[in-house]
Amino acid sequence: MSVIAFAKNWEGKFKKSTYELVSYAKELAFRLNTQTLVLSIGEVEESELEKLVQYGADKIISVDDSRLNILSSRIYAEVISQVVNKEDASYVILSDNNSGKAISPRLSVKLKAGLAAGVLDVPKSLDPFVIKKQVFTGKAFAYVQIDSEKKILTLSKNSFGIVENPTSLNLVKFTPELSDDLFKIKVKSVESSDNKIILADADIVVSAGRGMKSADNWQPVEDLASVMGAATACSRPVSDDGWRGHEEHVGQTGKVIAPNLYFAIGISGAIQHVAGVSRSKCIVAINTDPEAPIFSVADYGVVGDAMIVLPELTEIIRNGE
Amino acid sequence: MNFELTEEQEMIRDAARDFAQRELLAGVIERDENATYPKEQVKRLGELGFLGMLVSPEYDGGGMDTVSYVLAMEEISKVDASVSVIMSVNNSLVCWGVQKYGSEAQKEEFLKPMARGDKIGAFLLSEPEAGSDATSQRTTAVDMGDHYLVNGIKNWITSGGTASVYLLIAHTHPEKKHHGINAFLIDSKLEGISVGPHENKMGMRASDTHSVMFNNVKIPKENRLGEDGQGFTIAMRSLEGGRIGIASQALGLASGAYELALQYAQERKTFGKEIFKHQAIAFKLADMAVEIEAARFFCLKAAWLKDQGKPYGQASAMAKLYAAETAMKVTTEAVQIHGGNGYVKEYHVERLMREAKLTQIYEGTSEIQKIVISRGLLA
Amino acid sequence: MKILVCISNVPDTTTKVKFTDNNKQVDDAGVQWIINPWDELALTRAIELKEDGNNSIDEVCVINVGLSKCDATLRKALAIGADKAIRIDADPIDAYYVAAQIADYLKNNPFDIVLSGIESSDYNGSSVGGMLSEFMDCPAISSMTKLEIENGNVTIHRAIPGGKQILELTTPFVGIVQKGITNEPRIPAMRGIMMARKKPLEVLSAVEMESLSHIVEFELPVAKASCKMIDAEHLEELVNLLKSEAKVL
Repeated sequence: MSVIAFAKNWEGKFKKSTYELVSYAKELAFRLNTQTLVLSIGEVEESELEKLVQYGADKIISVDDSRLNILSSRIYAEVISQVVNKEDASYVILSDNNSGKAISPRLSVKLKAGLAAGVLDVPKSLDPFVIKKQVFTGKAFAYVQIDSEKKILTLSKNSFGIVENPTSLNLVKFTPELSDDLFKIKVKSVESSDNKIILADADIVVSAGRGMKSADNWQPVEDLASVMGAATACSRPVSDDGWRGHEEHVGQTGKVIAPNLYFAIGISGAIQHVAGVSRSKCIVAINTDPEAPIFSVADYGVVGDAMIVLPELTEIIRNGE
Repeated sequence: MNFELTEEQEMIRDAARDFAQRELLAGVIERDENATYPKEQVKRLGELGFLGMLVSPEYDGGGMDTVSYVLAMEEISKVDASVSVIMSVNNSLVCWGVQKYGSEAQKEEFLKPMARGDKIGAFLLSEPEAGSDATSQRTTAVDMGDHYLVNGIKNWITSGGTASVYLLIAHTHPEKKHHGINAFLIDSKLEGISVGPHENKMGMRASDTHSVMFNNVKIPKENRLGEDGQGFTIAMRSLEGGRIGIASQALGLASGAYELALQYAQERKTFGKEIFKHQAIAFKLADMAVEIEAARFFCLKAAWLKDQGKPYGQASAMAKLYAAETAMKVTTEAVQIHGGNGYVKEYHVERLMREAKLTQIYEGTSEIQKIVISRGLLA
Repeated sequence: MKILVCISNVPDTTTKVKFTDNNKQVDDAGVQWIINPWDELALTRAIELKEDGNNSIDEVCVINVGLSKCDATLRKALAIGADKAIRIDADPIDAYYVAAQIADYLKNNPFDIVLSGIESSDYNGSSVGGMLSEFMDCPAISSMTKLEIENGNVTIHRAIPGGKQILELTTPFVGIVQKGITNEPRIPAMRGIMMARKKPLEVLSAVEMESLSHIVEFELPVAKASCKMIDAEHLEELVNLLKSEAKVL
């Protein structure tokens, strides 16, 4: 009956989204009147694992096999399913990020458990189990009923928040049975891009569009991002024209993001773009055209030339630090 | 009666729309302003098969019906009429005539590369003193036994400077009036042909319009299209089909301007509300929508008749007349709805308005269409 | 080598989504249906590989689980270069149901590479590819941004947070395609549309299968409160609002 949250680590560390995940699992377990188990795969130091206690982990199960330090959806799904079966858990919660998206479908088949991807809230009802998720890339929501006995949810970022709920540390180790066959994909090499702040994780995103007029005009965008520790992003036409890389494209057909603060600069606000950023907590639009549709979805708006507004804004924020 | 498009017709319309939005929209303002020939865009038009979409697959064409052609012309014209006029001339004026009247050798040499888009065709009928009035041709093609000797000037020739193939209309036996006219299919680089300067036009500025001069040009006998004296028929029949192309172009200009105006009217606010919510604007848009729909029916009806193998001369004249008049009216209103913004190039509608004007003029002015239609009333 | 591309049929991304039947059904009226953009990228890459000629790709096939309204989308896939289309005639209730149907087809019709898009722009499940790999008991490469095949050797780039992995692997595998795999989806050419008439579009009946979940109801988001405009001359006001009112800075 219990709830298992899969706490993914990044080089041995958890992120804010992990704490949100555990907070959510705790709330769900509370409603179901059951235990919150947290599963960690790969080597993580005990002091790091202990942090999860703060958000309500009743038991932390650590699979500290060094072979599992790098994510493999196939192996991780196998490990999670072994733990689910051993603990006789009924609910598995993962973050709706790259790893959660890769692992959850495999797990769904292994456990024959219905999957609701990108859930936004606690269940609307427990029996039947109905839960809200986003569909049409934020243009609408759906209430999904999961009919199977076991259930898998992936939680959208910033949909529940971090809630402290301290318990006491109960850490156990688990050693899964894994055949050598599972380890046959060869990673030849890993390249890291120079993009220091990862778009999907960023709390603040500074995004710019065609209104910047030219690829050469990006310095003010970079400067504003850098002063706030923000990630940079762009609209589709900008990445299509090669002004910025595809990895920066946010929108319905690019990355869908939900930062706390999103700056849309020189972006008119086409419906596809808005769909990809509409779950941002706060949107600031800066545009020369006062009629640009982006203002109808923004919380704050500035009508003005980005080349003038951005350096000033950067300066004000820098001086305010 | 059936107003449904087939799955394939819808796919062609969507392909044309995607092409126009993805590959024509960017740069269309600059190409217009600088009168830059859309070389890359025409190449892509050929690769996608739009330049020979009506030609039979046997001659490397797309084998599509005229209804599909109307749909594709409308979508492309919404964005760039300079490109669509090249498509229209190549398809309905040049390729059609070669497929209908050409010898196997002519089809092999001229039709196939034009259908693939490797070569572009131009239609040389208009003269300084003779437009749609084809019997007043001053250009002569004198029968010299083993060849024709051509002298004269052709005016306002679309693709005149870039085309590799000319479909030329000239008089061989002026005394026989229209029975003395011949059509020729020639390489545009023949000795004695010279091309005048690029016309600095009001609209469709990126299409390449020139005068073409013939000075003792020797045209081999085998380059005559059809029988001796069949040129007038070829010219008139080509124009009948050409009218469907230009009518669809006018339709596209109108619907393109209307779509921009409708969008703008929902975004632009005055007196605290979107201008669409002012009845003066909403009614304008309603009128525009009605007239565009009527123009579309005219175009599709003419295309359908052609596809059914029925006479379509009258229908295509009506389509051309109505669509061109609608284009002028609707694009003018679209500029009006855009207010000051409509008068600047960035918003596209002023260009569409300039281009619409030409649809009332070329391939038979609106007045000529009325002559055709009124004559048809008594036929 | 044979490549299978899973295609879902979704409303055009510019569509304003509406619902009918007490918010239980998507309103089809005026909706233009398209190949899910990520699936289209996967298909485009598969066709490029086949056309390249050096990759010994014999066949690119597309598969869809859906009702007859999906046929137009499958024909477009054929027009842009797929060799064959298969539609499993069933209402795609959930991702598990769809994956199980395709997995059943694969039992008797093996493919070397199965591709799907990382997202579908309708139900945002991004699950079919992963589920298939589990049914097939083979590796799945998520966020695949590059696929090269040379002499039967497969090289793949996978986007990972902050960079990419370069992988080598053997077939069969499932590739879950992310942007970057190819430049732009193709526009069908007249020749392709003509050839699509003669290509097979097989409609198969679905096998008995249960779904694990279903949508009960849809909901549209509530409109946002109006935007607060800040004078470009007083940007410090914006910074103050972000700090004290929105509490995001």
